[in-house]
Amino acid sequence: MTVPVLQTRGLSLAYDKRTVVDDLNLSIEAGTVTTFVGPNGCGKSTILKALGRILHPAAGEVLLEGTPLPQLSTREVARRLAILPQSPVAPSGTSVRDLVMRGRNPHQSWARPWSKEDAQAAHEALERTGLADLADRDIATLSGGQRQRAWIALVVAQAAPTLLLDEPTTYLDLAHQLDVLRLVRQLNREQGTTAVMVLHDISLAARYSDRLVAVRDGRVVADGTPQEVLTADVVARTFDLHVRIVPDPVTGTPLVVPEEPALTGS
Amino acid sequence: MSVANPPVQTEQQTTGPEPGVRVGPIGLAWRPRVLAMTVVALVVAVVVAVLALGLGSAHLSPLDVLRTLAGHGEGAQEFIIMDVRLPRVLVALLVGVALSVAGALTQTFARNPLATPDILGVTSGASLGAVTVIAAAGGTSLAPVVANLGVPAAATAGALVAAALVFALGWRGGLQSYRVVLVGIGITAVLDALTSYQLVRAKVTIATAASQWLVGSLSGVSWQSVWPLLVVVVLAVPLALACSRSVAAAQLGDEVAWGIGVHVTRLGVAVGLLAVVLSAGAVAAAGPVGFVAFVVPQIAVRIAGTSRPPLLLSALLGAALVTGADLLGRILLPNEVPVGIITTIVGAPYLIWLLVRHSRELAS
Repeated sequence: MTVPVLQTRGLSLAYDKRTVVDDLNLSIEAGTVTTFVGPNGCGKSTILKALGRILHPAAGEVLLEGTPLPQLSTREVARRLAILPQSPVAPSGTSVRDLVMRGRNPHQSWARPWSKEDAQAAHEALERTGLADLADRDIATLSGGQRQRAWIALVVAQAAPTLLLDEPTTYLDLAHQLDVLRLVRQLNREQGTTAVMVLHDISLAARYSDRLVAVRDGRVVADGTPQEVLTADVVARTFDLHVRIVPDPVTGTPLVVPEEPALTGS
Repeated sequence: MSVANPPVQTEQQTTGPEPGVRVGPIGLAWRPRVLAMTVVALVVAVVVAVLALGLGSAHLSPLDVLRTLAGHGEGAQEFIIMDVRLPRVLVALLVGVALSVAGALTQTFARNPLATPDILGVTSGASLGAVTVIAAAGGTSLAPVVANLGVPAAATAGALVAAALVFALGWRGGLQSYRVVLVGIGITAVLDALTSYQLVRAKVTIATAASQWLVGSLSGVSWQSVWPLLVVVVLAVPLALACSRSVAAAQLGDEVAWGIGVHVTRLGVAVGLLAVVLSAGAVAAAGPVGFVAFVVPQIAVRIAGTSRPPLLLSALLGAALVTGADLLGRILLPNEVPVGIITTIVGAPYLIWLLVRHSRELAS
């Protein structure tokens, strides 16, 4: 069996002594798209931060390709793993291109401050996110959706084989949500990128993920393929919500439909 | 292949190669405007320095100044320039560089224009250290030794203690910069009170000399003040430039910075130490010249049109500003006005404006 890209062993996470996640054991296999779903405050973003070494575990450890994270320099981690936190803020005066170029930081050094390869990666990231025409615009003048895509371009330019995305579709309209998820799928198919996401739209998560992990109160409620995880029972236990699961008429993946009558007049 | 639908828009559309000129191993993609402004600032600093060497109670033409600097001066001119004015001008230039680079680093790292050594109490700590040593040794046979070594050492120690206090009290699982600023203002008040206490206890002659120095003054500066500060600047400024890419990354927020491979904790310590050493060096030489660390990087940001103050531009602007302020203080009025008074008159209104704008933003 191959070494998982990311693995947690007895991982406990806490903010100021308040335990959010307790004794989590989870493996992320190379070349897969995994999505955490769950109610607000269930700990899914916290788990993602720990996987991306932004949050230090209260107990247990995270292994990146078999090596415990503290044994790797933060630059080395950044070359293997890119993480996009939730709603980052860029200082005003930053152009889209400036922002995307910062994604090359872990590949740069004193001896090699900026190479053709860096320029190429930044350029490709701009193209892939449809931002080539906006490259010289100040981030502050962009719409919320364009801004979010600029941040996604930053992690794409980082060109790490593993991508952690915390709610990458926030602020995006449906068309741009699909663009982002399609981009993740393409990177996964073309370059074998491993992706781990946190998403709120469960049905879209089912469409674009190989694996869903349903989380509630810091515990895994269900873990498996979208078909396995998205049952009325699991959704009820995760979200306290009565739903009906129907096959997506387009893709056949599970579609979550709330069992609630429309409240508008007919 | 483009994944997103091509945005339909009529806004500014510019594509093309990365605009910029790369200079040396520093790895900055220099924008033409930043480069141009840096050259202009360099020219202004040189012109101001030459004027400052020539103007004063004895007026010398720029040509005489240059001839004397080249080693072909006449007796009286040579004394005035080489022994009296040159050390003073060099200290002014170096103080401007040191304070501006310190301010640019901390403002960028903390993402807050208020986070500078002068606002956070670091320069007050340096002043307390220096005044304590001056008061203790004043009038004794130790005085000359103390002036050379004791004052810079005590200033550094005081600055370190102040910085450590601000970090320790402002730290809550991270440095939320507004909390740090409030703690810094409190620390500044305490340290300034302790400095006043030293002055009250000291002999009148020493207290007078110390309070002259405390407003930030370059009068009576000699070659002995130049050397420690020169060493500090020559060592710390290249290190600051080496950190500049990481500091730029940190400006995107701690989480993003970790994500792109910046060890934010270590960088914070490095930035803190550089700011402490640079401000302590400046304070030991000239006293706490007010508002330079705070205002100059903000001017640099605005004229460069960048998201953060370019370090070299800030350094050169600071050099020109402090030297120019000292020159004005020397020649404007019959009695010399200390340089710190001039920079404070320029800087304080800007602080008030920024605080008012900040509180409006917080209120809305």
